Amino acid sequence: MKLPKFDYVEPTTALEAVTLLSQSRGLAKVIAGGQSLIPTMALRLAQPALLIDLRHLESLRGIAVDEAGLRLGAMTRWREIQDSAEVLDTHPLLVEAVRHIAHYQIRNRGTVGGSLAHADPAAELPCIAVTCGASIRVLGILGEREILADEFFLGPLATALGDDEIILEVRFPRWPSSRQWGFQEFSRRQGDFALAGVAIFYDTDNSGRLENAHVGVFGVGQCATRLSGVESALNGRTNTISVAAEVARLAAAEVTPSDDLHASARYRRALVAVLLERAMALARGERA
Amino acid sequence: MKTRPQIVGTPLERIEDHRLLTGKARFVDDIHIEGMLHAAIVRSPVAHGLLKGVDTQVARRMPGVHGVFSAEDIARDFGGVVPRIAIRAIRIPELEPIEQWAIATKKVRYVGEPIAVVVADSPAEAEDAADQVTFEIESLEPVTGWRQSAAGTSPLFDLPVTNRAITYTAIKGNARDCQGAYTRKERFRVQRHSGFPMETRGLLAVWESNAQRMTVYGAAKVPFFARRTLAAAMRLPLDAVDMIEVDVGGSFGMRGEFYPEDFLVPFASKRLNRPVKWIEDRRESLLGSNHSREMESELEIVCEANGRVLALRGSVAVDAGAYVRAAGVIPGRFVALMLSGPYDIPNIHVESVLYLTNKAPVGTYRGPGLFEADFFRERLFDCAARDLGIDPVQFRRVNLVEESQMPYRLATLDFPEETDELDSGNYRATLDQCMREFGWQEKIGLQGRLIDGKYNGLAVGCFIDGGAGGLKEHARIELENDGQVTVYVGSASVGQGLVTILTQIAADALQLPVERIRILHGSTTYLKEGVGSGYSRSTVMGGSVVLLAVEELKRRMRDAAAKKLGCSPDEIKFERDLVMTAGEKKLGWEQLGSLGLAAEVEFVNHHHTFAYGAAAAHVAVDPRTGKVDLIDYFTLEDLGRVINPLTARGQAVGAAVQGLGGVFLENLYYDADGQLLSGTLADYMMPTATDFPSVRAEAIGLCPSPHNPLGAKGGGEGGVIPVGGVIVNAIAAALVTMKIDPKELPLTPEALWSLIQSADGRSSV
Repeated sequence: MKLPKFDYVEPTTALEAVTLLSQSRGLAKVIAGGQSLIPTMALRLAQPALLIDLRHLESLRGIAVDEAGLRLGAMTRWREIQDSAEVLDTHPLLVEAVRHIAHYQIRNRGTVGGSLAHADPAAELPCIAVTCGASIRVLGILGEREILADEFFLGPLATALGDDEIILEVRFPRWPSSRQWGFQEFSRRQGDFALAGVAIFYDTDNSGRLENAHVGVFGVGQCATRLSGVESALNGRTNTISVAAEVARLAAAEVTPSDDLHASARYRRALVAVLLERAMALARGERA
Repeated sequence: MKTRPQIVGTPLERIEDHRLLTGKARFVDDIHIEGMLHAAIVRSPVAHGLLKGVDTQVARRMPGVHGVFSAEDIARDFGGVVPRIAIRAIRIPELEPIEQWAIATKKVRYVGEPIAVVVADSPAEAEDAADQVTFEIESLEPVTGWRQSAAGTSPLFDLPVTNRAITYTAIKGNARDCQGAYTRKERFRVQRHSGFPMETRGLLAVWESNAQRMTVYGAAKVPFFARRTLAAAMRLPLDAVDMIEVDVGGSFGMRGEFYPEDFLVPFASKRLNRPVKWIEDRRESLLGSNHSREMESELEIVCEANGRVLALRGSVAVDAGAYVRAAGVIPGRFVALMLSGPYDIPNIHVESVLYLTNKAPVGTYRGPGLFEADFFRERLFDCAARDLGIDPVQFRRVNLVEESQMPYRLATLDFPEETDELDSGNYRATLDQCMREFGWQEKIGLQGRLIDGKYNGLAVGCFIDGGAGGLKEHARIELENDGQVTVYVGSASVGQGLVTILTQIAADALQLPVERIRILHGSTTYLKEGVGSGYSRSTVMGGSVVLLAVEELKRRMRDAAAKKLGCSPDEIKFERDLVMTAGEKKLGWEQLGSLGLAAEVEFVNHHHTFAYGAAAAHVAVDPRTGKVDLIDYFTLEDLGRVINPLTARGQAVGAAVQGLGGVFLENLYYDADGQLLSGTLADYMMPTATDFPSVRAEAIGLCPSPHNPLGAKGGGEGGVIPVGGVIVNAIAAALVTMKIDPKELPLTPEALWSLIQSADGRSSV
């Protein structure tokens, strides 16, 4: 489990980083927090010839809140999100999800950009990005572009990121303070990858009917995804125990999990239903 | 006479900890020797196949590489034969053909079996070159379970022709013909898992060609056995080999046994005439270190209507892996020998069959065979009690061995014939105390109740914990010129607090402050002979030999003092701090001059100790996900005499958490091709500090062992033994309305959820 041989550079600008990436012809890997890449290399499942470390790219750091919403630089570490009172105010769902990520040592190093680029189907942030309709700003040798989260994740460990592109930041739309939400995740041990997870939020009209319902799931398919059938079933209804139970059944039918060492598809479907019911209870202000 | 306050029995903080916590520990990987090289092992990626050839040419030319060795290279040095790893405990000639070779020769029999050794300037270069060793393997049908093994379609060895390695039978009375008002037969299964220490295995071998000596750093558990084995394998005189014990980050039975690398690395050092280090990585640890626990039983219980157990009979199939390693037969022996646990069961007939499979060979893991036996027996007891309408606590109480029956004889085992005796104990009193301190009365109202969406369940179970194995231990004691007393002891430290315990025992016996005692242990340089640690033996055997050593030192001091004072040695009395008196005359140790007073002694013991106790659990089950919360767990063990309540409790809590890992999380999962799928710590899930916060433990000294001067009983394993039975019984009690009887470990959330689903299906029909 010793790392294979590789070269290492620390560019100081984003442009320098993408130039190096482009010149490497696919042989280089970008390293941010290294929480997934380094174990992969130690197991020799990846043997990049060059590591391009983004740690000196100041432009990729920082948390910013404005009228448009919340912006997280790609090199923002989980710990910084957890420590930020501003993020808690402006995006409580995100903070709750981050609380479930791995262990504190990993949260000290792991980054927002790293998680998005790695695109683990059981990771929390891709789900929050997809559920909230976030967009991901990337830079390549031909310039910048912005990709909707929904179009960014293509499958397990696969994204729309080009070979010469790096993530600059992720932008979350503004979060109204009256918005109701719930987050639930099921894992074998605290900090493990989720066997299943659910993130929901919605707004309500004057009579308490749901509108703008967003329901995202992770750990139960090729990548994090929204459940449009569940969302349309929720809009216009009220969040009651019976409605929650009804959409939970819909959710179990809508997801497409597969079997692996840790859980069967059947169990994952059942978990999605339970977690959605419990997330709905949380959104109602009850205990899960 | 002024005596010092007794230290044995007090919660002395571990003497080891200051050094460990201030970063002054020295583990084997901390040792760096000038000119040291690093080894990497090429391992079989195939579970079962004919090894047709190993090509090391490309690897030999890789940068930094000093040598690459295959079976052929090794055999050349040993007259055409590759050395094998001898069985350490309980040798019988029939097992010799299935002992493991130090490196695969004509066949590979499990994924991870060594095929070649690469030695290079750095570990990374060694791994780079290991990737370039090529080999041809003609695949054979992999055998991945005991049933397939029994079918015999794919024999692992030419001889023996069957995959049945050996069958042990434990017999008492006449269980086969026993009849009673009630019988029930059940199958139970425990999954393959093991005790993986935080620090993986590793060693540094240093060959000195001038002196023709081999020194190996990183020995653990049984260094003297390792010395004999290595000397024999390398055809060196015994006194040309030394095993040096450094700090060890856990053993749990697995670490310190003799493995292929324990030959391969010293071999490479001798061939290259350079120091060679090898540190096992986590994947290798999971692939190749001793596995354990994988057993399936079919057992029948025979009872009277009042719950009195008349007989236990049936069989246990042990998945023993590809070879019988140094301690490979022990779990299969103990599961049969100790199946009756702390209960008076007059008739027993249990066959334990060790089957060979294409998986890593098994060995001992804390409570070997006993964890499994307890799960089988305690589950069966709860099934029987429920069928008979008897309170499960009462069921246990009427069947526990009574104090008046001590010593109580267990069943007799064959190959070789062996039986054992429970030495002493008040089993009912300990059960009662456990329930009191657990709060059984206060909590029993919750039994089966649905609270906040979770079903609550409680259970209690009883266990025995065999200790003091291995006939002897050795020590040398020296009175130093500065008044310090140094004791060199054959026991080994595997993280259990050995130095603290032995210091306490020596301090009381010598009437010295702990600061004046120095305990040195484990290395073969200290003593001509010794045994080590394992089988919960260090406190009893190491502690007793320390007492003997102190007595012998005092005898010699008395003789010397008598000469000085002109009196008979019998007149000399010891006061505190090694002050001697004879009537009005007084003499300090320093007045004995530098006489170099020293003594070497041996403690011999033919009796095992049996610590025992009870454990209780309160769980809450989420019926919708199958997730189990452990609300409270309490385990109480009578150790005969508690030397240090702090370390005793630490051992018990740690062992209980290991048991919980075995119940809920840990699983060495092989697919049908014999590939280990849980090959990282992300997939092989060990319990972490946050998983089970509510585990309590207490040790008491109620009934001393009659077999050693301390009255102590070995107790390092009792914490793990009852966990499977108690936890699963508590879960079954929580879900009693659904009639759920889990019979297999691990009881993952999904496994439990599936049982609940099928129970729901049953009730709705």
